[in-house]
Amino acid sequence: MDPYALKTLNAERRARRAVILVTDLGDGRDRIVREGDQVAGELGAAIAKAFRSGNSGSVEAEGRTFFLNAYLPQPRVMVIGAVHISQALAPMAKIAGYPVEIVDPRTAFATADRFPDVALHAEWPEDVLSRQPLDSFTALAAVTHDPKIDDFALKAALDANCFYVGALGSRKTHAKRVERLLAMGATADQIARIHAPIGLDIGAASPAEIAVAILAQAIQAFRSRGLESRDTAA
Amino acid sequence: MENSIYLDEARDPLIIAEGWMKDGKDVAIATVVETWGSAPRPVGSHLVIDADGNFHGSVSGGCVEGAVVTEAVDVIDSGKARMLEFGVADETAWQVGLSCGGRIRVYVERLG
Repeated sequence: MDPYALKTLNAERRARRAVILVTDLGDGRDRIVREGDQVAGELGAAIAKAFRSGNSGSVEAEGRTFFLNAYLPQPRVMVIGAVHISQALAPMAKIAGYPVEIVDPRTAFATADRFPDVALHAEWPEDVLSRQPLDSFTALAAVTHDPKIDDFALKAALDANCFYVGALGSRKTHAKRVERLLAMGATADQIARIHAPIGLDIGAASPAEIAVAILAQAIQAFRSRGLESRDTAA
Repeated sequence: MENSIYLDEARDPLIIAEGWMKDGKDVAIATVVETWGSAPRPVGSHLVIDADGNFHGSVSGGCVEGAVVTEAVDVIDSGKARMLEFGVADETAWQVGLSCGGRIRVYVERLG
């Protein structure tokens, strides 16, 4: 392995960015490919697939055998709102492989008693997100219903290109939210990425069912990362 | 830590390999490139080895690491990468095979 490739690989992994190390198993040469880098042909198609699945493996291309080692950051879910839905969402998401953190400045809601074994921040999203910035391997679900708490986090999630952004509320509530986000400087394209009403439409009624709908929608967004942009370009 | 969103710097093989490199040590990196059947470590897993045979990480459940370390020390000397294959089908199964019944291919290369 090229020492420079190793340094780059570790720096990207520390920064929670997805990279693939492509090694030619014939001559041992390797190079780093970042998500979004253009690579042509069969090799490019295999690289795009590995970025989506996170699975490493060998591929035959251009008469050579390449090993693609995919290093994807651990995806996670940031939930704004220590509400009933979040109590169900946190354990479910953890089991599915998406660890959860919960942010809610309302100390009556954000209690360790209500949220055992969850990273819980009884603080404003502004404070938590300045310490722990969002990134493209983070899903954000805003479920407080309170613009004072949700709006800043939603704007931050759009700016950080979170792989999933969802907001609780009816269409009417969302229409007002759109106006506020536009006033905060979000673009119409950014706002169109928000899933609202939140969750896959499975007719969820109880808080736990809504949590299932949110988790399923977030997983769908994660597993189709990069597909939307290509559809738009085509 | 399970599901940690940050790298475990003290145990991450590639972070350790970079540290060894900065200390001026010769290093080999072994990577699982293919698995068949039940294999304990997924494709992409790393074992890193220095010229003295110190190692971190894993390519199996501990079954073949000894053999990989021995090969890695040769790879560090020669600079030539090797592809190793382990499985119960091997004659050497009972010495360095995988008791789980799987088969794995491990690519061993020198750093630099």
